[in-house]
Amino acid sequence: MIEWLSQPWAWYVAGPLIGLIVPLLLILGNKSFGISSSMRHICASCAPAGIKFFKYDWKKEVWNLFFIGGIFLGALLATLFLDAGKPLVVHEDLAKELAEYGITNFNGLVPSDLFSWENALTLKGFLMMIVGGFLVGFGARYAGGCTSGHAIMGLSTLQLPSLIATVCFMVGGFLMANFILPLILKL
Amino acid sequence: MKPLTDEQKTNTQTFHEPQLVETNPDFEVRSLDTICVNESHLQHQWYHNLKYVAAGMLLGIIFVKAEVVSWFRIQEMFRLQSFHMYGIIGSAVMVGALSVWLIKRFNIKTIYGETIEFHPKTFNKGQIIGGVLFGLGWAMTGACPGPLYAQIGTGATVIAMTLLSAIVGTWVYGYFRDKLPH
Repeated sequence: MIEWLSQPWAWYVAGPLIGLIVPLLLILGNKSFGISSSMRHICASCAPAGIKFFKYDWKKEVWNLFFIGGIFLGALLATLFLDAGKPLVVHEDLAKELAEYGITNFNGLVPSDLFSWENALTLKGFLMMIVGGFLVGFGARYAGGCTSGHAIMGLSTLQLPSLIATVCFMVGGFLMANFILPLILKL
Repeated sequence: MKPLTDEQKTNTQTFHEPQLVETNPDFEVRSLDTICVNESHLQHQWYHNLKYVAAGMLLGIIFVKAEVVSWFRIQEMFRLQSFHMYGIIGSAVMVGALSVWLIKRFNIKTIYGETIEFHPKTFNKGQIIGGVLFGLGWAMTGACPGPLYAQIGTGATVIAMTLLSAIVGTWVYGYFRDKLPH
C-alpha cells in the first residue's frame, strides 16, 4: 500500500482529488477554496499598519490559516513517509536546456541548484526567490485570487472574471518561462 | 412638529452622506476578491478548524505526490512539454464544476445544516494586470501560494524566504491599492 502510494500520482488521480477539495470545503463550513488570501490574513494579523485593505476581522477567516498549516503538514508527511526516493523524470528537452544553465540535480521538487540558502544572496537567487515571490504575492492579491481561488474555484462556479484571470496567469507564465527566464538563468 | 429649516436639512444630509460611503464593505472584502470570505455565519470553538487542517493535509499530500509543487513540472507546462499540469487543472475544474452544480441542484447543505452560498465575482482590470504579474512570478518560483507552503514542507526551507517575499508583496499591494488601476 505504502509502496503503491509512493509512486508519482497520475494527473487523472490528482486532478479529480483536487477538484473534490471544492465541495469538501463548502460542505465542511461554507468555505470557498482559496489559498492566497491566507497571506492577506497574515498581513492583517501581523502588520495591518492602518491600511484599509487589512482592516477587517481576520479572526473570522482563521480557518484559512489552519488550512495552509494542513498543506504544510501534508507535504511534510508525504515527503517523510511516501517518498520513493527517485529523481524526477523531466522532459528531455527541458533537461537539456537546464543543463546549459548548470541545473542537473532533479532529486527534489525544488531544484537545489537554484533555490538554496547559498544562492539566496546571489543576483540569480535574489531574482528567482525574492522577486519571484513578491510577484506571486502582489499579483495574486491584485488579481483577487490565485490558481486555487480563480482557476479552480472561480472556473468551477463559471465566473468570467476568473477565466480572464486564469488566461492572464498563463500569459505571464509563458512570457516568463520562454523569454525572460532564460536570461535570468544565464546570469 | 415644525418643518425643518434649510440649515437643518443640510445638516442631516452631511450627517448621512459619509455613513453611506462607509457602508460599502462589500467592495472592500468581496467584489475584488475571489476569496477571503467566511461564508459561514456560525460561531465555533477554535478546534472546529481542525477539520480544515485535515483538508489541507489531503491537499498537501496530493501536491507533493502528483508533483504539482515541482518547479520542473511548472516549467514543462509553460513550455508545452507535458500534459501533466493541464490534465490536473482541467480535471480538477471539471470535478469542481460538477460538484458545485450538484450542490446547487440538490440544495446540499453544510454539515451544520447551513445553505451553501456562492458569490459572483465582478470584473476589474486587476484580474488582467495582476494576473500577468502573478503568472510571471509563478513561472519563476514554480509555485503559486499553495505550493509555496507545500515546498517548505518538503524540506526546501529556503522557500520560506519566497513566502515571506510573497507576504510582503501582498502588503505592498494593500498599501498602494487605492492608487492602482482597477
